[in-house]
Amino acid sequence: MLRYTGKRLLQMVFVLLGVSFIIFCLMEITPGDPARQILGPDASEEAVLAMREELRLDDPFAVRYISYIAGVLHGDFGTSYTTKEPVIHELFARYPTTVLFAVLTVLIASLIGIPLGIISATKQYSWVDSLSTSFAMLGVSIPTFWLGLMLMLLFAVKLEWLPATGFYGPIYWILPAITVGLPASAGIIRMTRSSMLEVVRLDYIRTARAKGQTERKIIYGHALENAMIPVITVVGITFGQSLGGQIVTEQVFAVPGLGKLMVEAINSRNYPVVEGGVLLIAFAYCVINLLVDIIYAYLDPRIKSQYSSSVKKRMKKEAAVHEGES
Amino acid sequence: MKGNHKRSRLLGIWKRFSRSKTAMLGLAVLCIFILLAVFAPLIAPYGYDEQNLREAYQGISMRHLLGTDNLGRDTLSRLIWGSRISLVVGLLAVAIGAAVGGLIGSFAAFYGGRIDSVLMRVVDIMMAIPSMVLAIAICAALGPGLVNTMIAVGFSSVPTYARVVRSAVLTIRQQEYIEAAGAIGSGNWRTIAKHIIPNSLAPIIVQASLGVGNAIQSAASMSFLGLGIQPPTPEWGAMLSTGRQFIRDYPMMVVAPGICIMLVISSLNLLGDGLRDALDPRMKR
Repeated sequence: MLRYTGKRLLQMVFVLLGVSFIIFCLMEITPGDPARQILGPDASEEAVLAMREELRLDDPFAVRYISYIAGVLHGDFGTSYTTKEPVIHELFARYPTTVLFAVLTVLIASLIGIPLGIISATKQYSWVDSLSTSFAMLGVSIPTFWLGLMLMLLFAVKLEWLPATGFYGPIYWILPAITVGLPASAGIIRMTRSSMLEVVRLDYIRTARAKGQTERKIIYGHALENAMIPVITVVGITFGQSLGGQIVTEQVFAVPGLGKLMVEAINSRNYPVVEGGVLLIAFAYCVINLLVDIIYAYLDPRIKSQYSSSVKKRMKKEAAVHEGES
Repeated sequence: MKGNHKRSRLLGIWKRFSRSKTAMLGLAVLCIFILLAVFAPLIAPYGYDEQNLREAYQGISMRHLLGTDNLGRDTLSRLIWGSRISLVVGLLAVAIGAAVGGLIGSFAAFYGGRIDSVLMRVVDIMMAIPSMVLAIAICAALGPGLVNTMIAVGFSSVPTYARVVRSAVLTIRQQEYIEAAGAIGSGNWRTIAKHIIPNSLAPIIVQASLGVGNAIQSAASMSFLGLGIQPPTPEWGAMLSTGRQFIRDYPMMVVAPGICIMLVISSLNLLGDGLRDALDPRMKR
C-alpha cells in the first residue's frame, strides 16, 4: 500500500506540472494585455511598457514558465496584478469559505442521498422508489444556478425567511448549500440504490435470510456496510469537485469563495491568480482522489490485495510456513 | 440476408427502448423541442430581437403568453428561438468532445503500451482541472461567442470521452471474436472498422446522449456568467442572466428559461438511460 501511495504521489506531481503547463499555455494565448488592464485605458504607452518590463511579460514563454515553477516550488505563487498581494494570501483568504461550502454540500448531499438510496433499494418499485429515482433524475437535470435563483426567489424574495446573498453566518449558508447539495445528492441516491440492490442479491445475504434473520438486521447489519463502499467513492468525488469552488453558485449567491475569485481573475487577466487557483484546485482534487482510493482499498480487501505486493508476499510466506508445518 | 440481420437488431433495440415509458417520454419531449427549433420562424409569434419598449416588463397575457423582458421582447418567442441555440450548442459540443476524446481513447486502447500511458496521463491532467474552470479558461483565451463556447464546452469534455472510449475498446479487444478475426487473417484496419468500432459504439452513444444535456447546462452556465454566448442571441442561460436583475419584480424572466433548460436536459437524460438499457440488455436491472 505504501508503495502504491508513493507511486500515486509521484504521479500527482506530474499531473500538477501538466496542469500548470496547460493553464500557462491558455493564459499565453488569451488576448488582452495585463499591463494595460492594470493601468487602465488612460495610461501612457511608456507606463504600459514599464509595467510589462516589471511584470517580465516580454520574456520568452519558456523562461517565464520555468521561473514560475521554480517560484511555486519555493512556495511563491507570484503577486496578484490587481491587489499587489501575494497570490498565496489571496487564495488562502478565499479557500476556507470554499472548504466550508464543500463540507456543507457533501453533508446535505449525503444526508439526503444515502437514506433515500437505501429506502428505494429495499423497497424497489414502491412509490418511495419511483419518487426518489425521479428526484435523482430531476437532480441531474436542473441547472444549479437556476435552482439557486428559484430557491432565492421563494425563500428570500417571496417568503423572506432567508437572506438572498452573502456568506456571513449559518443562516446565509443554507440556500447555497442546498443549491449545490440537492443536485449532488442525485448521484449518491443512484449509487446507493444500485450498490444496495447488487449486494442484496449476493449469496451471503441469501444465507442470512435462510437462517431466519430479520429483514432489518439483514439490511443494516449485513448489507449496508458492503453496499456503502462504492458510495464512499461518489461522496469523495463530490467533495473533491466541490473543493474546486462552485463557480456558478458562488456567483449567484455572492459567496466570496475560490470560484468567484477565479471568474474575477479570468475576467481581469489576473494570470498569477488564475494559475495559482487552478493549481490549488487540481491539488485538492488529486489529494481527495488519492484519499478516496486509499480508503476504498482499506474497506474492500479484494482491492487492497491487488495493490499491496507486501500482503501477497506475506501470504505466500505464511502459506509456505503452513505447508512446512503440516 | 445481412441487411435483414442488421434491421432486426435495430428493431430489437427499438422494441426494448419503446417498452420503457420514461424513455419514450424523454424522446417525445425532445422531439417537441427539436420541432420548435426547426420551425421557430413559423411558430414564434415575434422575432427574437423584436424590441418594443412600450410593452416592456409585461406579465402573462394573450398578446405575450409568457410576458416580455426588459426591452419588451416576447419571452415565449425568445425561448422558441433559443431552443435552436441550445440544441445546436449541445450537439456540436458533444460532437467535438466525442470526436477528439474518442480518437485519443481509441488510439490509447488500440496501441497500448507507451502511447497508452502517455495519452492517459494527458487525460488525467485534464481531469484534474474542473471542467467548468477549463471551459471558462478556454473561452477566455478564445473570446466569447457561440462557436467558441461550443469549442470550450466540447474540449472540456474530452477527457470523459477518452476514458469511456478507451475502456470500451479495451473490453472489446479482449473478446474472443477479435482474436478470431485476427486468426482468419483480418488486418488491423479491417478489424477496427468491422468489429471494434461497431461494438464499442453502445457506451459512446449512451455517454453522448447524456453528454448533450451536460453540454447544454455548461453552455448555459457560461452564458450566465457572461462569458459564453452574448446578447442579443436568445440563449437560455443568457436570458436567465439578464432576468436575474429583475427577479424581484418579474420572476417570469427567470422561471421560463430555466424550465426550458430543465425540460431539455431531463428529456436527454431519460433518453440516455433508456438507450443504455436498450443497447445493453445485460446492464438492465
